[in-house]
Amino acid sequence: MSSNKKYWKSVEELNENSSIVEALQQNEFVEEIPTDEFLGDKESLESSSTSRRDFLKYVGFSTAAASLAACEGPVVKSIPYIVQPTEIIPGVANYYATTIADGFDFASVLVKTREGRPIKIENNTDAGTNGSANARVNASVLGLYDNLRVKAPMKGESTISWDNFMAETTSKLKGLNGKKIVLLTQSMPSPSTNKLIAEFSSKYGNVSHVTYDAISETATLDAYEAKYGTRGMADYDFSKAMTIVSIGADFLGDWQGGGFESAYAKKRIPANGKMSRHIQFESNMSLAGANADKRVPLTPSQQKLALAKLYSYVTGVALPGKLPEALDAAVKAAASELSKAGRNGVVVTGIQDVNAQTTVLEINEHLKSKAFKPETAIKTRQGNAAAVSQLVADMKAGKVGAIVMNGVNPLYTLPNAADFKAGLAKTELSIAFSMKQDETSTNCEYIAAAPHYLESWGDIEIKTGHYSMMQPTIRPLFDTKQFQEVLMGWTSTPGSYRDYIKSVWTQSILNGASFNKAVQDGTFVSGSAGLGLGAATTAVGNDKKERTFLGGVIHDVAVGVGIKDEDRTETTTASNSGAVLTGGTAARALAASVKEGGIELSLYTKTGMGDGQQANNPWLQEFPDPITRTSWDNYLTVSQADAEALGIENWNVANGGLNGSYAKVSVAGAEAITVPVIIQPGQAKGSAGLSFGYGRTSKALKEEMKTGVNAYPLYQNFQAVQNVTIEKVSGEHEFACVQLHNTLMGRGDIIKETSLEIFNTKDKAYWNATPQVSLNHIETPVTSPDVDLWDEFDRSIGHHFNLSIDLNACTGCGACVIACHAENNVPVVGKSEMRRSRDMHWLRIDRYYSSEDTFEEDLDKKNNISGLSSSLSEFGEMENPAASPQVVFQPVMCQHCNHAPCETVCPVAATAHGRQGQNHMAYNRCVGTRYCANNCPYKVRRFNWFLYNKNDEFDYHMNDDLGRMVLNPDVVVRSRGVMEKCSMCIQKTQKTILDAKRDGRPVKDGEFQTACSAACGNGAMVFGDINDKESQVAELKEDDRMYHLLEYVGTKPNVFYHTKVRNTSKA
Amino acid sequence: MKKSYQSLEDNPNYNMKQVIYCSLTSKISRLCLVLLLTFSTSLIAQEGDPVNGKSLYNSNCAACHKLDAPMTGPALRNVESRLADDEGLDREWLKAWIRNSSAVIKSGDAYANKVYNAHNGTQMTPFPQLSDQDIADILAYTAQPKPEPVVAETPAGGETTQQGGVSNDLILGALALLFGLLALALVLVNRTLNRFAEAKDIKVITDAEQKTPLWKAFVQNQFLVLVTTIVFLLASGYFVYGFFMQVGVDQGYEPVQPIHYSHRIHAGDNGIDCKYCHSSARVSKTSGIPSLNVCMNCHKSISEVAPETLAEGNEYGVDYNAEIKKLYDAVGWDGTGYSGESKPVKWIRIHNLPDFAYFNHSQHVSVGGIECQTCHGPVQEMEIMYQHAPLTMGWCINCHRETNVKVKDNEYYTKIHDELSKKYGVDQLTVAQMGGLECGKCHY
Repeated sequence: MSSNKKYWKSVEELNENSSIVEALQQNEFVEEIPTDEFLGDKESLESSSTSRRDFLKYVGFSTAAASLAACEGPVVKSIPYIVQPTEIIPGVANYYATTIADGFDFASVLVKTREGRPIKIENNTDAGTNGSANARVNASVLGLYDNLRVKAPMKGESTISWDNFMAETTSKLKGLNGKKIVLLTQSMPSPSTNKLIAEFSSKYGNVSHVTYDAISETATLDAYEAKYGTRGMADYDFSKAMTIVSIGADFLGDWQGGGFESAYAKKRIPANGKMSRHIQFESNMSLAGANADKRVPLTPSQQKLALAKLYSYVTGVALPGKLPEALDAAVKAAASELSKAGRNGVVVTGIQDVNAQTTVLEINEHLKSKAFKPETAIKTRQGNAAAVSQLVADMKAGKVGAIVMNGVNPLYTLPNAADFKAGLAKTELSIAFSMKQDETSTNCEYIAAAPHYLESWGDIEIKTGHYSMMQPTIRPLFDTKQFQEVLMGWTSTPGSYRDYIKSVWTQSILNGASFNKAVQDGTFVSGSAGLGLGAATTAVGNDKKERTFLGGVIHDVAVGVGIKDEDRTETTTASNSGAVLTGGTAARALAASVKEGGIELSLYTKTGMGDGQQANNPWLQEFPDPITRTSWDNYLTVSQADAEALGIENWNVANGGLNGSYAKVSVAGAEAITVPVIIQPGQAKGSAGLSFGYGRTSKALKEEMKTGVNAYPLYQNFQAVQNVTIEKVSGEHEFACVQLHNTLMGRGDIIKETSLEIFNTKDKAYWNATPQVSLNHIETPVTSPDVDLWDEFDRSIGHHFNLSIDLNACTGCGACVIACHAENNVPVVGKSEMRRSRDMHWLRIDRYYSSEDTFEEDLDKKNNISGLSSSLSEFGEMENPAASPQVVFQPVMCQHCNHAPCETVCPVAATAHGRQGQNHMAYNRCVGTRYCANNCPYKVRRFNWFLYNKNDEFDYHMNDDLGRMVLNPDVVVRSRGVMEKCSMCIQKTQKTILDAKRDGRPVKDGEFQTACSAACGNGAMVFGDINDKESQVAELKEDDRMYHLLEYVGTKPNVFYHTKVRNTSKA
Repeated sequence: MKKSYQSLEDNPNYNMKQVIYCSLTSKISRLCLVLLLTFSTSLIAQEGDPVNGKSLYNSNCAACHKLDAPMTGPALRNVESRLADDEGLDREWLKAWIRNSSAVIKSGDAYANKVYNAHNGTQMTPFPQLSDQDIADILAYTAQPKPEPVVAETPAGGETTQQGGVSNDLILGALALLFGLLALALVLVNRTLNRFAEAKDIKVITDAEQKTPLWKAFVQNQFLVLVTTIVFLLASGYFVYGFFMQVGVDQGYEPVQPIHYSHRIHAGDNGIDCKYCHSSARVSKTSGIPSLNVCMNCHKSISEVAPETLAEGNEYGVDYNAEIKKLYDAVGWDGTGYSGESKPVKWIRIHNLPDFAYFNHSQHVSVGGIECQTCHGPVQEMEIMYQHAPLTMGWCINCHRETNVKVKDNEYYTKIHDELSKKYGVDQLTVAQMGGLECGKCHY
């Protein structure tokens, strides 16, 4: 029986008169498909003689022709040198020592050049001062190949020749009729430049030199100058400190110019049961705070009071002011630890307040801290905020005739940029030495095209007596001249700037030493270094006087028998310390200056972006911030409590991205800005943070790089702390955050952590137990061959590479991430791809927060979960970080498992194991199934979703000829559709082996390096051959702290970690 | 003339013997003659030996002087007679000049200063070690007449071969004509015979039309068709596979280079070591195309090839001297100095490994001690460089399987070789056993 059922297609059919049903019956597509658009106009189409058959013929023919043509190989040209320079052998890298000094970063570095072009920055391990490159310095080589650089001097919008430039500017400088000439420069502690400026001043008269730091350290400089008579900042050697108390100083970041982390890390590795203790009081979560043993969140105004109180508790001088009870207890505890440590203690602060800085100097003098080195002044910050303010006022008043700027970008970095702009218009002559058409230079009459530091000569006195040499590593790519050369032109000084430096050095620095050697080494320490300044020797002098003859003998014996510094207890007593105190006036003034009110905003610099001069560097834009793991953005960080009060939220969306609310931040005297907000665990309640360096405009940047919000307008009066009002505004911001899961959920098999007390008192089995698995219902250690699925391959012959990562020494600075980028041609994928977690970083640094106050408590909580309801609720809770969490960093790259899960699932055997322990990846064999990535327990494999080079969709450095010059010629650039991952720098290990073979000698320990281990100035990453039983890495592998990531999986990785030990007494 | 004197001097005993039986006057007169002869011979003996002179010239003078063209110094052909004729300077002047030219210049000698200034103040290296005889020999060599250029003969030779070509054609033409005539004759004979047959009424038997043609029989035989189809498919599969496998394999690639550079002459005839020019092969991953200053090390003095070599060039249709001119053009050498204007030579790269394969020359050349010819073929015989090896992965792998690692006197290998050879139970490890087949060794 046939059915007369009617099937309904839609509810509309119920309505008999519905026009939709009618329309649908007549025509499948209600809206006409816009075929006209692609078929063009109908008439011409109909009149066209091309039939469908013809069309297919053409398609067929052109396909066949194209494939035939493709069989023809391209003709490759090889062009040799006419005269080959003797030092260049094609295919062999040369290294040159030079120095970066861009006004914000100062470091002695080695530059790796291939065929005459710099391709990588490495640490200058011979340099005693600032010898390790941070993430920004590592990335700075890309700035050389920036396509947006100014390629010739410019007058307005058009280029002019240097001859015309010199002629015009010289005559203008001479025709100022006595009006003031101002040289506005970055901090340049350069003996030669200073001499040149002096010569320039004497020739032209009425010249004033104003030094301007975008991020001011004026208070620190003033305090030091008042106390010791020179403009500088006290040096600290954290490798001599056993107790470090930091109040708002991110000394692992950019505090006082940075460069302290190597020394700090030395004392963080427990040796003989001892390691340094680090207590941090701060408002924003900083790198230093994240590494601290004890971190106390407090607002900036509380920091001032806490510092005053610390002074009071250490010295016994009573001071007014009252801290909340818990804070007071924490300060008291810190003070007592400091007093106990005596000379092994040190206090630092980042509060930009002369009284605060003076107080710290006094506490350190009182302690006679061994880590405190006031006799060597750090000279990398010279700026004077008052002089800059005065300059702006003078310019507006029309008193300035000519302004010459070098290395500064005041129209971007000045809080009162509009005033500066108005003043600039009133000058008769304005010249900006700049590599870019940036915010400032485009508003100047002349842009003097400046070379990159890798194309320049220079000298820098980083610390008193510690000189650093800058030499060019490549011929200038463009028609550029450096500031000093032009100064020489203006003063009619003959010769090159190199000759000038040489004469200055020979006359006043080298004292008979070889100039060429200084250039080769990149550094020179003059004999007088450390002898110090008159005032600076007070503490040292006192110390010496106090030491009796017998005491001296004991001291010398102690040194002679090799007793370590920290083991020598030299008691300090309150009686003889009063001499160096000024009676606490500074501390008293500091305590009195505290004013609370509203939310206190701390402006800071991000590890990746610094002061923002490298904002057009895609490596740095893509570098995830170590703390928030967010790239391509700056944002307001607020505490959870404040966020709830303001109605601000962060949430994850379906594609795996992080979204957040916007907030309007207003500061008295400045225009309010709207910024996205990230809720930051550990942010002190009542405080907020916002980073500099973003929100740049102008022609200096590609469109993609114009990210974030400019925070400088809020930097009123050069005060990094501002009282602000924050209100939520509508809108939803899309962050490019690469780590959405912030806690460990009590999983001790990812990061093992213990306290120093347990580490010293308990067995390894207690705090670093080998995971057990069940074999026939018997618990068996996972390392046993009985529980192994695979037969062990004999790796005892030849090299067997292992990488050791010490979680105690890793500060999360990210230098290794950028070094890996540069070494391995890792592509940049851009913000939207990052947001989809398609980042290509071969090496990432995971950051975890504890969800309870400590990771130990997390573990306890997880272990005590029982039953369904408890697990549902408590696991849910554990996903959220605590308000003041512990933080841990873990660099993760391919673990090069001996039993690699990825290798067994590859259908085309594109990934395979080498005898030397490396997991090889043959890109040209890979067909892109991504099975390996799915099977990798560590999630370290990266897939090329797109072609990232020569692709306009990814308009970063790999999309132009200039930017591609940075690529490492020894590593292939991967194409679309293949998997890639860390190769353990096989190109470097192979090179080391080949060098040894050619010399006919065994490989020495320390010769094997990966890009990351070489970049790690902290010594957290050690790479080597464990079959060489004498090697450092073999020793580290036998260490009790050694463990493998997710060891219970049984992958037997060749990367191992060292259990993090926190210097706490609590479990 | 010369020879007679020499023979006289060479045989003094003969003279002596004759003298014994002579009268006093004749004795005296003879003695005078002998004295005269001895004097004159000693004078003329300094005319020198051009053979010895050639070798002396090549070792001492050729770096700066050419016989027929100015180089660093002036051309030296017939220098003695030229100086004597034009400047009135004798051999003594030449001797002084050769042994210490600066002294001559200082003495204020007009011609010496003229020459000195004409060569931009370049002073000639003094040769105090040259004896009078040496100088005489050299001068004798320079006094030799310019050899008749062999080049002039070669075009004639070329013509003869061309004539040979024509004659060949002629023979062929004649043969063709002959065969044509023969065929015509046969046709005529056949027709005549047919006519005879017709006339005699003999029936000429032709082929039976009932037989099935061969192709029809083939089509009807299905088995045969099937077999043929299979064979055809297999054969075409074989060729298609072969075609695809050679895509991107450029074995035999021999592009026309901007300068006709003959490895045959340099590496073959002159026996220059490969690594003299490709020096970076010892230490670098690339063998390096020599920079032009390396060429100029020799070609500063070699601006023309030997006549015999030039003749060889005709075989390849190339004028070597013109090719050397191209080099001079590129480096900006005008025969005496560099103009400073240079233009790089854009060689066409022959051995193109894909990006994803890493190859290091120094590993193979310095460490492995592999001859360049192992991979590059008989370069010393190649007039124009071509790609000898297929450069495919299979080719690399085969060699790695067969070649033993050269471990002798290399301390790097001592430990690993001892342990590995024990493990594999062999005396000599192959590259493959050493781990030379691992993907990551070449692909990263």
